[in-house]
Amino acid sequence: MFGNLDFDVIRRSLPYLFLDGMSFTLMLTGLSALGGLVFGTMIALMRLSSYRLMGRIAGLYVDFMRSLPLVLVIFWFYFLVPYIGQWVTGASRPIRVGAFTSSLVTFIMFEAAYFSEIMRAGIQSISRGQPAAASALGLTYAQSMRYIVLPQAFRNMLPVLLTQTIVLFQDTSLVYVLSIPDFLGAASKVAQRDGRLVEMYLFAALVYFAISCLASYGVRRLQARIAIVR
Amino acid sequence: MNYNWNWHIFFEPNPTGAGTYLDMLVSGLLLTIKTALLAWIIALIFGTIIGILRSLPSKTASWVGFGYVEFFRNMPLLVQLFLWFFVLPELLPRAAGLWMKQLPNAPFWTAAIGVGLFMSARVAVQLAAGIASLPRGQKQAATALGLTTAQGYRYVLLPMAFRIIMPPLTSEFLNTVKNTSVAITIGLIELTGQARAMQEFSFQVFEAFTAATVMYLAINIIVVTGMRFLERSLAIPGYITGK
Repeated sequence: MFGNLDFDVIRRSLPYLFLDGMSFTLMLTGLSALGGLVFGTMIALMRLSSYRLMGRIAGLYVDFMRSLPLVLVIFWFYFLVPYIGQWVTGASRPIRVGAFTSSLVTFIMFEAAYFSEIMRAGIQSISRGQPAAASALGLTYAQSMRYIVLPQAFRNMLPVLLTQTIVLFQDTSLVYVLSIPDFLGAASKVAQRDGRLVEMYLFAALVYFAISCLASYGVRRLQARIAIVR
Repeated sequence: MNYNWNWHIFFEPNPTGAGTYLDMLVSGLLLTIKTALLAWIIALIFGTIIGILRSLPSKTASWVGFGYVEFFRNMPLLVQLFLWFFVLPELLPRAAGLWMKQLPNAPFWTAAIGVGLFMSARVAVQLAAGIASLPRGQKQAATALGLTTAQGYRYVLLPMAFRIIMPPLTSEFLNTVKNTSVAITIGLIELTGQARAMQEFSFQVFEAFTAATVMYLAINIIVVTGMRFLERSLAIPGYITGK
């Protein structure tokens, strides 16, 4: 069954797969998670704000993003980002945007919707007495969020945030639809060039599997360690 | 913004020679729904089996359940589809592999099965959680009434668990619908694929994607509204979701 397979093709393409492909994937995952977290926290704060309109806008954004498939969103932003860039910079024509920037914007905007729901749950899990005590001490809203509520919300939700990041790591493989050489894209390029689909896709699957398994094992360990005894 | 909007494009004939661009999108929509429904049936069947395995006291059964879920959860869906579509036919005996490759509608069946199995791991986790949330007395009462384990699951545990996990199952179904769009990579021309094709033929990028977006939103709204009614009528009295 494995008779006419050539696993040497994997060894030969390792530098390309990891130095180019995997570093793209990891960089995209890391930056999108950071950006998504920052933007998501802002959306969560908007949703929980006492201004009704702000809450509605944030809620609509989240519901909207969550009802669209990621592939469609990737296409949307791929075509939209040049126009947004033109609008922002005031250029006379749509600006050229690299593959990395385009996918980074996509993932930050998309993941922000998911991260905001996690942060919202985290903020709501903090007992009311805490912001009340903060304002009794004379802290402003911004200060009480910055020093009291958000640090605790973040800590409570850290395992969930990391699990979502693992999902994000897997989802970045979808940039394949733009023929961007992330890890899977690189594997696929070699596979098609050398006619070695079976070997390359099996290897890619194994690598994704190993990384995700290790990461989720790490999250479980972390969860056990940082759980606050109540 | 120097982009030429042309909303009439939907009513212009498409280059395939069969109807307008709108017809193209609608046929994509129908294919999305068809794929998602078949995938959902597969996900429910396998998810139920694995969910039950995970809830059984037997060590072996829960290990099998754990392994199954980890296998399908730790690989990107796209990679799984590639495994089913490109890799599996090569690893099977020659005749079987050839048969798979020559299957008419191969992308459709691969997508339905691939997305279905991917989602089944999530259904299994939800179901196992639903069964675990039932009070222990339910299982004991079933045993006390003389029901076998199978009967206990069939008549007591599963009907309760499924009614409890109705809301998360609704969102898993919507995820199934969304996930079918990944099958664009193995050549399934569903809604996203048709929007992309329309964009390539007509150069009206934003109209095409807007239409696809509206259609996905419509599916969401219809499913959510329908399920809300169903959830209300199936809610178990006395539980938080019940009356």
